[in-house]
Amino acid sequence: MTDSKYFTTTKKGEIFELKAELNSDKKEKKKEAVKKVIASMTVGKDVSALFPDVVNCMQTDNLELKKLVYLYLMNYAKSQPDMAIMAVNTFVKDCEDPNPLIRALAVRTMGCIRVDKITEYLCEPLRKCLKDEDPYVRKTAAVCVAKLHDINAQLVEDQGFLDTLKDLISDSNPMVVANAVAALSEIAESHPSSNLLDLNPQSINKLLTALNECTEWGQIFILDCLANYTPKDDREAQSICERVTPRLSHANSAVVLSAVKVLMKFMEMLSKDLDYYGTLLKKLAPPLVTLLSAEPELQYVALRNINLIVQKRPEILKHEMKVFFVKYNDPIYVKLEKLDIMIRLASQANIAQVLAELKEYATEVDVDFVRKAVRAIGRCAIKVEQSAERCVSTLLDLIQTKVNYVVQEAIVVIKDIFRKYPNKYESVIATLCENLDSLDEPEARAAMIWIVGEYAERIDNADELLESFLEGFHDESTQVQLQLLTAIVKLFLKKPTETQELVQQVLSLATQDSDNPDLRDRGYIYWRLLSTDPVAAKEVVLAEKPLISEETDLIEPTLLDELICYIGTLASVYHKPPSAFVEGGRGVVHKSLPPRTASSESTESPETAPAGAPSGEQPDVIPTQGDLLGDLLNLDLGPPVGGPPLTTSSVQMGAVDLLGGGLDSLIGGPNFVAPPAATVPPNLGTSMGSGLSDLFDLTSGVGTLSGSYVAPKAVWLPAMKAKGLEISGTFTRQVGSISMDLQLTNKALQVMTDFAIQFNRNSFGLAPAAPLQVHAPLSPNQTVEISLPLNTVGSVMKMEPLNNLQVAVKNNIDVFYFSTLYPLHILFVEDGKMDRQMFLATWKDIPNENEAQFQIRDCSLNAEAVSSRLQSSNIFTVAKRNVEGQDMLYQSLKLTNGIWVLAELRIQPGNPSFTLSLKCRAPEVSQHVYQAYETILKN
Amino acid sequence: MVLFPLYSASIKELLKKIKTGIAHFLSHLDYFGVCSEPVIKDNVVVVYEVLEEMLDNGFPLATESNILKELIKPPTILRTVVNTITGSTNVGDQLPTGQLSVVPWRRTGVKYTNNEAYFDVIEEIDAIIDKSGSTITAEIQGVIDACVKLTGMPDLTLSFMNPRLLDDVSFHPCVRFKRWESERILSFIPPDGNFRLLSYHVSAQNLVAIPVYVKHSISFRDSSSLGRFEITVGPKQTMGKTIEGVMVTSQMPKGVLNMSLAPSQGTHTFDPVTKMLSWDVGKINPQKLPSLKGTMSLQAGASKPDENPTINLQFKIQQLAISGLKVNRLDMYGEKYKPFKGIKYMTKAGKFQVRT
Repeated sequence: MTDSKYFTTTKKGEIFELKAELNSDKKEKKKEAVKKVIASMTVGKDVSALFPDVVNCMQTDNLELKKLVYLYLMNYAKSQPDMAIMAVNTFVKDCEDPNPLIRALAVRTMGCIRVDKITEYLCEPLRKCLKDEDPYVRKTAAVCVAKLHDINAQLVEDQGFLDTLKDLISDSNPMVVANAVAALSEIAESHPSSNLLDLNPQSINKLLTALNECTEWGQIFILDCLANYTPKDDREAQSICERVTPRLSHANSAVVLSAVKVLMKFMEMLSKDLDYYGTLLKKLAPPLVTLLSAEPELQYVALRNINLIVQKRPEILKHEMKVFFVKYNDPIYVKLEKLDIMIRLASQANIAQVLAELKEYATEVDVDFVRKAVRAIGRCAIKVEQSAERCVSTLLDLIQTKVNYVVQEAIVVIKDIFRKYPNKYESVIATLCENLDSLDEPEARAAMIWIVGEYAERIDNADELLESFLEGFHDESTQVQLQLLTAIVKLFLKKPTETQELVQQVLSLATQDSDNPDLRDRGYIYWRLLSTDPVAAKEVVLAEKPLISEETDLIEPTLLDELICYIGTLASVYHKPPSAFVEGGRGVVHKSLPPRTASSESTESPETAPAGAPSGEQPDVIPTQGDLLGDLLNLDLGPPVGGPPLTTSSVQMGAVDLLGGGLDSLIGGPNFVAPPAATVPPNLGTSMGSGLSDLFDLTSGVGTLSGSYVAPKAVWLPAMKAKGLEISGTFTRQVGSISMDLQLTNKALQVMTDFAIQFNRNSFGLAPAAPLQVHAPLSPNQTVEISLPLNTVGSVMKMEPLNNLQVAVKNNIDVFYFSTLYPLHILFVEDGKMDRQMFLATWKDIPNENEAQFQIRDCSLNAEAVSSRLQSSNIFTVAKRNVEGQDMLYQSLKLTNGIWVLAELRIQPGNPSFTLSLKCRAPEVSQHVYQAYETILKN
Repeated sequence: MVLFPLYSASIKELLKKIKTGIAHFLSHLDYFGVCSEPVIKDNVVVVYEVLEEMLDNGFPLATESNILKELIKPPTILRTVVNTITGSTNVGDQLPTGQLSVVPWRRTGVKYTNNEAYFDVIEEIDAIIDKSGSTITAEIQGVIDACVKLTGMPDLTLSFMNPRLLDDVSFHPCVRFKRWESERILSFIPPDGNFRLLSYHVSAQNLVAIPVYVKHSISFRDSSSLGRFEITVGPKQTMGKTIEGVMVTSQMPKGVLNMSLAPSQGTHTFDPVTKMLSWDVGKINPQKLPSLKGTMSLQAGASKPDENPTINLQFKIQQLAISGLKVNRLDMYGEKYKPFKGIKYMTKAGKFQVRT
C-alpha cells in the first residue's frame, strides 16, 4: 500500500517492463509505472530512455499523475531537448485550464525546464498567466519570470516581462506583491547595474501596506527589499521604521532579523537627539533577547548577529548582560559566542557580575571554554580600568587552583595586563614564578619569559630562571626562543656584571646553532648593538613600550557597516561579506549604510550660518547638505591673512603655501583658493600660468568680444546682506575658458581686505581655477572688477535647479553666502560639432521619451542669422534642410562633461515662433539648453 | 532550483517548518509522527507534493500546515483504500480558500458539533542559581498554545488581568497588532486546530519568583578516597501549589568512580561510565523534604576534581503561571453559538541550573 515498494524492484529488463506498463491502457497501471520511474530516478538510476513514454502520460486529468510527469520532465528535459518540445503543447494547453491549480502547476514547471528551444514557446502562456485572474496563478507566474531570467535574460527583457513584474508590485493581493518583489530582487542581484527595483516613496508605501498582510516569507522578501532603499531624509526613515517595528513581534525569527536589519540601517539616518531614536533603541532589545530562547542553532545565528549589532550600537543591549550568561549545557559554539558578547558589553556598571560569572566558567570542564573564559578576564581588565585590580586578583585565585591550562592562560593574559598597566601589579610576579615548571605551552612560556625579562631587576633569581630555560633552547618553539633571547639581553642590560656569560651563551646559540633566520638576525642585531654602543643598546632594548589598546578584535568599521546590511544572512554568521564566499557570477553588490543626512540639520542651517547668509529670498538654493555647510563655515576658521608683503616672484605660490598649512587643512577642499598677500603687484600673477594672463585682458573687454553671449551683470549679493559688500557678476566663455566676471563694491565705511572665494559642489564641477585676486584693499565706495577663471574639474553634485551655483565669499569682515544660476551655454565646448552620420545614428538611438519640445517666440532672425549666432556660442549646425517651406536646422552641442545635446530647430519664414526639439541622454539638461537658446537668440 | 544563497536565519526556520510540515502529514499515517527514512520512503509522492508547494525557485511560499493540508490531502489508510478503488488522488482539485484571502491561516467552511476553545498558558523558568542559593539570572519563556475548534469564522478577543507583564511578545500572524498596541487586548480570527497564539519573554530585569531551592553539600576530600554528597530539594515561592515531576540530574566529575546514595523518596541512578547522576523525586511534600544522601568513591590517589558538578532541575507546577500572568476573559464575536472555553496554566523548569 505504500510507495516504498517502488524502490525495491531491481530486476533486469526493468526499463523494458516499465515501458510496457507506461503504455498500458489501464489508468491505475500507468500511474503505478510512473511512480516506479520516479522512484528509480530519485535513487539515481538513468530512466531517460523512457522519455517519450512518460511524456505521453502527461495528457491526463489526474493531477497527481500530472505532477509526477512534470517532475520527470524537469529532470530530463535538459538531456533530451528535442523530445522536450513534445511537451510544449500540453504546457500551453494546461496554462488555459479552468482549474487555477493546473495553470499554476504548468507555469511553475515551465520555468524549471532549462531548455533554450522551449523557452520561446513559453513566453505567451507566461504572459497570460502574469495577468491571470487568479492570484495563485499570478504569484506563481511572478516567480517563473525570475526563473526564465536566469535561463535567458535577454528574452525576458525583450518580452517586457520585467515591466509586467514591476506592475505586479501594485497588485491587490499581498502574496503576489511579495513574490514579485522576491523575483525582482533576485533579478536585480544578478544585474547590479539595472535599476529594476526603482523604489520611490509611492512604491515603498505599497510595499509597507502589503507587508502587514502577506505570509511570513513574503514579509522577509519585502523587508529585505526595503533594506535596500535609501530614504531621502530622516523623516521618511522614521516613518518607515514606525511601520516596520511591529514585525519585531513576529514569531518567525527570520522576519525578526530582517526587520532588525531595516531598522539598524535606517537608524543610521536618525539623529540621536530625536526622542524616536531612543524609543527605537528600546524596542530593538526585547526581540533580540527573545531570539536567544530558540534552539541552539538558531541561537547561534542570533548571537552572531547580535555580536555585530553590539559592535555597532552597544547601547541597545547594555542592560541585557544577563541573558548572555552561559548555561553549563549550552553547546560550545553558543558558549564561546556568548562569552564574546559579554566582554563587548562589559562596562564599569556590570563588571562585578561579569567577573563573578567568568570566574565560575573558569572552573568548568570544557577546556576550550575555560581557556576563553580566562582570556576574557584579562580582556575585561584591559577594557575596564577600574576593574583591573579585581581581575588580577581573580586571575591569581585561578592560578592557585594549579589546573595546568588555567595557569597557562592566566599567565598569558597577565602579561597583557602588565603591558596595559605597567608598574602596577608587579607584586604578583612571585606567584607567577612559582608556576614556572608547569608551563608547557609555547605561548605561556613565552609570556612568562617576557615577564621575567621585563622585570629582571625585581626578580632576584632572574638569571637562574632564564638559565633554566636556556638548557633546552633548541627544543623550544621559535616564539619562545625569540622571547628568551630578548629577555636575556634585557637582563644583561639591567645587571651586566653577573650575566655576561649567560648573554654570550644565548647569542652564540641564536647566531651559530640556529637555522631560523629570524632568530639569527635578531641575535646579530643584539650582538652588534651590545658590542658597539651599550648605551644605545639600552635605549633600544629597554625603550618604553607603547600601551596596548583595549579592543583589538573589533571588526573593521567599513566591514561592520557592510555586514549590518546583511543581518539575517549567511554573511552575518560568517562575519564576511558575501563576495568572500558566494561563488560565481551572481553579482554581489556592496552595500553600505545610508549617509546621515538629517533634514533637521539642514533646516537649522540658516540660523547657525553667520548673519550674512542668504535667508528668505532664495529658499530653494539654500544649502541642503550638512557637509556643505561644514565646508562653508570652515571659512571662518581661516587665519587672517595680511602679514608682510612678500617680494619674491614666487609670491603666488608662497601665499598658497603659507596658507596651505592653515586654510587647506582646515577646509580640506581643493576648490578653495587663498587670497594673495594684499600688496603683490599684479603682473606677478603671471607666474600662475597662461589662464591668468587671459584673464586680465578679459576684464577690460567684457561684452565687446565676439565670443558667446554674455549677460549683463546682475546683483548677486546686495550690500545690505553682506555688511556692505555688494557683489554683482556674470559668466563668460571665451576661447575655451570660462570665467566669472565679478564686480565688488565696498559700500561699508571700512576697508575690506583678505578676499577669498569658494564654490560648493555643483552639477558640472565648476570651480575657481585661480585665487580671487583683489590687488589692493577695497576702500569705502570703491569698486573693483575682477574676472575669476573657472574650470570644470571640481567635485560634482547634482543641484536643484541644475545650474545652481552656491558661492561663499570671505573678507576680513565675515563670510557671505549667495547662490546664482549660471547660463548653460558657458559650458558648451568648442568641439561640439557632430558628424552628420553620427548625428543621425545618435538621434535614432536616443529614445523618444528623452525628446523635449519648446517654442521660441518673437524671434525675427532668419535661418542664416540664427545659425551664425548660435555658432558663436558653440551650438553648431550639422545640417540644414528645407521642408515644405520651413527651414529645419539640425544642430549639436557638447557640454563640458561630455554630454551631447542634439537639436532640431524649425523656422517658418514669416512666423516669429520657432520650434525647438531637443534630444539628449540626460533629459534634465534640455530645459536649460532651451533657456540658453532663448537668451542667445533674443539678445 | 536556485537556492537562497544567503538567508541563514530563513534557512534554519524553513527547515524546521518543512520538517514539522512533513511530519504533520506523515503523522496521519504513522501514529508517532516521526520523520524517519522509511516513513519518507513510504510516502515519497506526498512528500514531494508538499515540498513543491512549500518552495518554488528556492523561495519559501506556503508553510502554514492548514493550507498545505487543503492543497494536498494527508494520506490516511481510509483514503488510500478509497483512492485505490476510485482512482482519485491525494491532490485537492480545489484551490484552498484561505491561501489568498486576508485570513490565509484559516479555511472557510469549518464545522464542528462541539465548539470549543482551549488555551494553555505554559511558562518555563530558565535560571542559574549560584552556590549560596542566590539567583544569578532568571527569566521566563512563556507561550500560549491554543486548541480552537470553532465553526465558521469566529473572531476572538482575549484580555489579561496584567498585560503589562507582556512587554516582549511574538504573535501568531492572526493577532491584530494594532489592537494590542493600543488596548493590550489580543484580538484574532484563530486558525483551525492547534496553534501557538503567542510566545513571550519575561526578562531578567523583572523579579522572577523561584519556586524551588536546592540545599547541597558536596565535598571531595583530598586524602581519603571517599567523598560526601547530600542534596535536599524544597519549595520556595509556589503560591501554595504543589511541585511535582521533580527530577534532579547532575554530571559528576570524572574522578568519581561510584556513588552509594540513599534517597528519602523516589529512585536514583548513577551511571559510572557517563558519570551522570539522576534522581527522580516526584512530588515535593513540604512537611517532609526529599533528600539524597550518601558517599562517593573517588579514584584513589588522584587529586581532588577541579570542577564542581552543576545540578540540573526539572519540575512542574500545575495551575500556576509563575510570572503571575492571568487571563481575564475570552469573548467571541462573529458567530452565534456558545463555545466551551477553557484556560489551563502550567509552570515548568526550562534550563534550571544550580551551581555547587
